[in-house]
Amino acid sequence: MSDRQLLFVQSRAPHGSLFGQEGLDAILMGSAFATCAVLMHGDGIYQLIRDQRSSGTSTRDYSVSYGALGDYGVETVFCVQEDLTERRLVVDDLVIPVSVIDRADVASLLNDYNTILDF
Amino acid sequence: MRFAITVHGGPYTNQSSHSALNFAKAVLHEGHDLYRVFFYHDGVFNGSEIMAPPQDEIDLYGEWRQLALDHELDLVVCIASALRRGVINPTEAERYEKSAANLGKPFTISGLGQLIDAALSADRLVTFRV
Repeated sequence: MSDRQLLFVQSRAPHGSLFGQEGLDAILMGSAFATCAVLMHGDGIYQLIRDQRSSGTSTRDYSVSYGALGDYGVETVFCVQEDLTERRLVVDDLVIPVSVIDRADVASLLNDYNTILDF
Repeated sequence: MRFAITVHGGPYTNQSSHSALNFAKAVLHEGHDLYRVFFYHDGVFNGSEIMAPPQDEIDLYGEWRQLALDHELDLVVCIASALRRGVINPTEAERYEKSAANLGKPFTISGLGQLIDAALSADRLVTFRV
């Protein structure tokens, strides 16, 4: 394991593009080599919505794969309180437990990691 | 300083590939190391040697190829991104029984581990998003 810490930022809604799904693939790979955390930012929080039914869009419902992050050693998944509020979401709407931070604290979170991988 | 670059955008669709190419040239021009360029998402199309842009437009594949040959760069397309988008080398074409291959040299196909390795090995990983 590297002593460097990686932060993955997921900032897109699922299914409209492949960024979320391919970003998650990168997170799972990263967790094998380094300490990793994830920030679900802006519309990225929609990737964690429960009970997605993506058959109508011919895309894979990969939200269930977020449930495996803990098994892969990904310590924390962050989301932003204001992102939830603006979308009328609460943490119970999400498939996994998250650490909720204030928008004002995002900059210092980014600063805590050696490398940011942005999707 | 040691840089690594990752490219998310497809060629000619948006500025991502052009900016990444210009940044790569600037990194090398200033005497820095470029550890790897990793092409992810639609960025894998940068490795298609059959692109045929008009003569008065930049030839992105040709530019990457020449830059890599001049500086011995490691140009890697993500195998998962590339296979699902139809960017393959002769080995993968044979494996998947496809009639053609389009990934040009010196691009290589490899896994996401190469992105993580670049993120951990370089002083700076610079992402060219869409």
